[in-house]
Amino acid sequence: MNVQLLIDTASWILLLSGSAFVFLGGLGLLRMPDLYTRMHAASLTDTLGSLFILLGIMLQMDWTSSLAKLVAVIGFLLVTNPTATYALANAALLAGEKPRTAPAPEKP
Amino acid sequence: MILTVLGFLLLTLLVIVTGAIVRTANLFAAVVLLSLFSLLMAANFFLLDAADVALTEAAVGAGISTVLMLAALALTAETEKTASRLKWVAAGTVTALTLVLLYATLSIPRMGDPSAPVHQHVAPWYLQNTPHLIDIPNVVSAILASFRGYDTLGEVFVVFTAGIGVLFMLGMRRFPAGKRRIPPPQTLGLKHHLVPRTVGTFILPFIILFGLYVQFHGEHGPGGGFQAGAIMAAAFILYALLEGERRALDIVPPRVLMLLLASGAFLYGAVGVMCMLLGGNFLDYNVLAADPVAGQHLGIMLVELGVGVSVTGVLLSIYHAFAKREPA
Repeated sequence: MNVQLLIDTASWILLLSGSAFVFLGGLGLLRMPDLYTRMHAASLTDTLGSLFILLGIMLQMDWTSSLAKLVAVIGFLLVTNPTATYALANAALLAGEKPRTAPAPEKP
Repeated sequence: MILTVLGFLLLTLLVIVTGAIVRTANLFAAVVLLSLFSLLMAANFFLLDAADVALTEAAVGAGISTVLMLAALALTAETEKTASRLKWVAAGTVTALTLVLLYATLSIPRMGDPSAPVHQHVAPWYLQNTPHLIDIPNVVSAILASFRGYDTLGEVFVVFTAGIGVLFMLGMRRFPAGKRRIPPPQTLGLKHHLVPRTVGTFILPFIILFGLYVQFHGEHGPGGGFQAGAIMAAAFILYALLEGERRALDIVPPRVLMLLLASGAFLYGAVGVMCMLLGGNFLDYNVLAADPVAGQHLGIMLVELGVGVSVTGVLLSIYHAFAKREPA
């Protein structure tokens, strides 16, 4: 079994799925109806999208200090992005932004 | 090829964002778009292999100045006053200027052209002589802190002057000493928001560590005093946002801020005077140590430290000057 081929394949899968998440995040940002669902879509780009793309890039790198830096970047992104999303949603809620919900079902 | 495509993409996005900044009437949106503009600009600089400038643009443009503008916006209205009609004088001036600039672009050399004037002037000399005169890998730091040390001294004093200018106009909050009343909820920061506060206190040490790394690794990689100052200031501003103005000013009181603000610029100037006392020219670091190259290293390190300290002090003072005026 060719190890390099295996690594390349894994790297491609990660890069493509990362790109897919980024694309879906962008699509959701445009198409979703209200702020909260849009933020949900955007958080996909922040976490899974960037995580997979960075992992895919890491598989293509040699064992240098840049690799360690990317690990640090991933850790930083995984900690800060959900926090930022939470803070944004919280601020929106406090500012009085109402989630768009389906109308209450008619009483039979 | 791929870099050219990326560059075109970034520049196109830049034009779109600029248009959006001009069009929007909501000032908060404009500030966020400006931050996006800076981030795109940083990516652009990075694409052009100007990592130092990219780092500065990302730290100052996308980071600190956004926070400062948001702090300023908290004091004013959210929407822009709309101009009711087209101002012909302004429109004419802008059109004329645009035409002049478009005409000027015709004589700009192609990007990366080795025969362009900028690559024929002093740049080859710097590249050739930095290894044996200063012996640090990052030529940008060598130029900034040593070859063009006068210019950087001027920049530091511009930053310093801006800082004291803002302080003269807005002043700095002084909490009455000893009297510990319960501050109003707005000054409590994000105390009631557990998640940002926990995460914020967790990453704060890392931000400071990164700031120190950028400060003292500036001779070997991209970085230096300006970037490090912005990052350090960002760390303390984050603390102020999380824990409230009062706790932040307890840690770095206005007195210390003033000291930082002045001592950075003073350190830079003092290094220059020191060189003169040791028999060299102003800011000629060769005389600082027995070996000229070691002297250059010492001089650059001290000067960059001065820049970093001054920038931290100025940015923090400006932030606190805005924050204290928020209705408490």
